[in-house]
Amino acid sequence: MEKIDSIDRALIVATQSGLPLVSRPYDALGETLGLPAREVQARMARLLEIGVIRRMGAVPNHYALGYVANGMTVWDVDDAQIDVLGEAVGQMACVTHCYKRPRHMPDWPYNLFAMVHGHDRAEVLVQAEQIAERLGAAVRARDVLFSSKILKKTGLRLVG
Amino acid sequence: MTERQAPVALSDLDRNIINALQGGFPLTDTPYADVAATLGMSEAALLERLKEMLDTRVLTRFGPMFQVERMGGRFVLAAMAVPESRFEAVNAQVNALPEVAHNYRRDHAFNMWFVLATETPGGIDAAIARIEAETALPVYPFPKLKEYFVEMKLKA
Repeated sequence: MEKIDSIDRALIVATQSGLPLVSRPYDALGETLGLPAREVQARMARLLEIGVIRRMGAVPNHYALGYVANGMTVWDVDDAQIDVLGEAVGQMACVTHCYKRPRHMPDWPYNLFAMVHGHDRAEVLVQAEQIAERLGAAVRARDVLFSSKILKKTGLRLVG
Repeated sequence: MTERQAPVALSDLDRNIINALQGGFPLTDTPYADVAATLGMSEAALLERLKEMLDTRVLTRFGPMFQVERMGGRFVLAAMAVPESRFEAVNAQVNALPEVAHNYRRDHAFNMWFVLATETPGGIDAAIARIEAETALPVYPFPKLKEYFVEMKLKA
């Protein structure tokens, strides 16, 4: 866990819905928070460096971009090989997230999760096939779970 | 209830902006002007396009993307197998928890997949216990054991 002080937290609360769309956004944030713009910039640079901010920029709505099919591909692979395989699958262009997660036997045998996004379900299934080829003989069982509805999407909101 | 956004026909200019700006936005005094210069447009035009794309929900946000774990909090994926006859009622119970950040219906026996996000690690277990008590259904937690790759960048 990284050290976040109360000023960092105030900065996160002030920017979690977005950066001000003005010519000098860090000055504007500084005015809101009672800080010099220099300090806003320095603190954001540090938050980026320690990974509290993953990246800065545009967050597109992937449905609006036409990526209407999202498939959670799940795989049962040997635990002894999963790190090598997970790294390899994570490098594939179609994969946006790739994680090792626990099995829940007997209902859920899958330990490797890779999210893929396509313009339709057929494209997602082609991508799943590419992942299967990459995993090769290591795959013992597999599935693709398509999302059929967004039930909620708010993200984490810190209360200021 | 969140409805899906219909695909939007994007201009080449908006495509360029989205593809160029999914990360790396500078911490300079006039970052929009600096980025606009590299895209061959004016600062005013860039600000206008960003406002428009936010208004029309082509962009969900413009700014920093945070990693809650690095602040001491936790994100945990969890799933439930909800009987179809109870789906709407259970959905309302689950969504009522502020810890539920995203929730997707998926085509599988495990038909409800949600992300619990809390500022402290202990909040996850409490949220799971509450959902199980309210719905009388088991919650299957899928905490990430290892992250191999995360980069939600999509070509516009």
